[in-house]
Amino acid sequence: MDELGNALATDLDGSFQTVVEHMGTRLYWGLRRMSGDAQEAEDLTQETFIRAYKALCVYDGARIRSIRLEPWLWTIALNLGRNHLRNRSRRPTYVELIDTGTHDPEVVDGVAWDRRLSNLNSYQRKAVVLRHVVGLGIAEIAAATGRPQGTVKADIHRGLARLKQAIEEES
Amino acid sequence: MNIESALARLIGELPEGTTEAVALGTGLADGFDYYDSAIGTVAVTFNPEGVSSVDVADVGFEERFGERFGRTLIRAEAPSAWSRYIPDSLEAGRPGKLPVDLRSVTPFQADVLRHTATIPKGEVRPYAWVAHEVDRPRAVRAVGSAVARNPIPLIIPCHRVVRADGHIGNYSLGGPHNKHDLLEHEGARPERLERLASSHVRLQGNASTAIYCHPTCHAITRSKSANVIDFHSRDEAEASGFRACELCRPR
Repeated sequence: MDELGNALATDLDGSFQTVVEHMGTRLYWGLRRMSGDAQEAEDLTQETFIRAYKALCVYDGARIRSIRLEPWLWTIALNLGRNHLRNRSRRPTYVELIDTGTHDPEVVDGVAWDRRLSNLNSYQRKAVVLRHVVGLGIAEIAAATGRPQGTVKADIHRGLARLKQAIEEES
Repeated sequence: MNIESALARLIGELPEGTTEAVALGTGLADGFDYYDSAIGTVAVTFNPEGVSSVDVADVGFEERFGERFGRTLIRAEAPSAWSRYIPDSLEAGRPGKLPVDLRSVTPFQADVLRHTATIPKGEVRPYAWVAHEVDRPRAVRAVGSAVARNPIPLIIPCHRVVRADGHIGNYSLGGPHNKHDLLEHEGARPERLERLASSHVRLQGNASTAIYCHPTCHAITRSKSANVIDFHSRDEAEASGFRACELCRPR
């Protein structure tokens, strides 16, 4: 991650696509598991990277190097997500690509897990997804969500318990 | 079922087009699409700042764009907020409400291009006129190179800037025949311009108003032909008691 930070600090335009390649997949699937909505996840993923790029454009090299990229991206994404529904109609969709298929890359059991995850409250769902789908550490989740580490741990614990209960109820 | 490991498998692939959409949204790449124009199909490129270039849509245009702007191109539809202005701007030969990205030229060159965009459709002006309009009357050559470097021809109508001697001169977008065809299309009558240039007529006056104009100014083209007097220079016109038209500000 330090390598990428250095690359961004010295050549932002040349290395920004690497951030998308490294973190785009986890960002998109995390957002999709949090919202259960493919289109919302796609919009938020694009918007998060665009906001991140604009922010990095005005940061100096030292500041860019000091950023922990993935939790930072999640802070942006979660803030955007909070306003997303409210602003959905006003947000400019910048471009429509020509010739993109409507292929949905959904994974096996994705729909079933979204249904189970919908039993969790939004704090639990975010914390469980960030911990176990995205793979962030507790401290990183606390930084991204702005919640104390103890609270994050409790959210994860209760969220997992709910999931277990949901699975038991299925059988 | 182990919940944690099942959750860890819920990651698939990045949806197609995400990387491209981010590249376009950040302006790291420009989008392009094809449009009809008076000189055939053109490729129009755009980014969050506005329209960045217009070029003939041949096999080499993507490579030329890369060399000149240092960015890549992605086929896309223009931002919906202003895409509907593109066909109108191409036809009218002025940006109007369409934002234009002139970051690829110097501030002086951008100033030249913005004044070039004020030349009305169907009319032409010499380079010296543009130089006066931007308050750099001696910078005629610099104006010439700014016009030649116009990244957004058709929309910024550099085809309406002609040589000091009145001949229509060169054109970067596919060659001089396109300049001729565009002027013809706009009603500027290029054959007439060449004929006037060959007989060294630079300006024309209306005998009843005693006002002199550029020969394509609508004030003179709408005058009765019996009233129109040819002049070879401003001095000649002024010596005959004529004053300069305030619409075309002849040079």
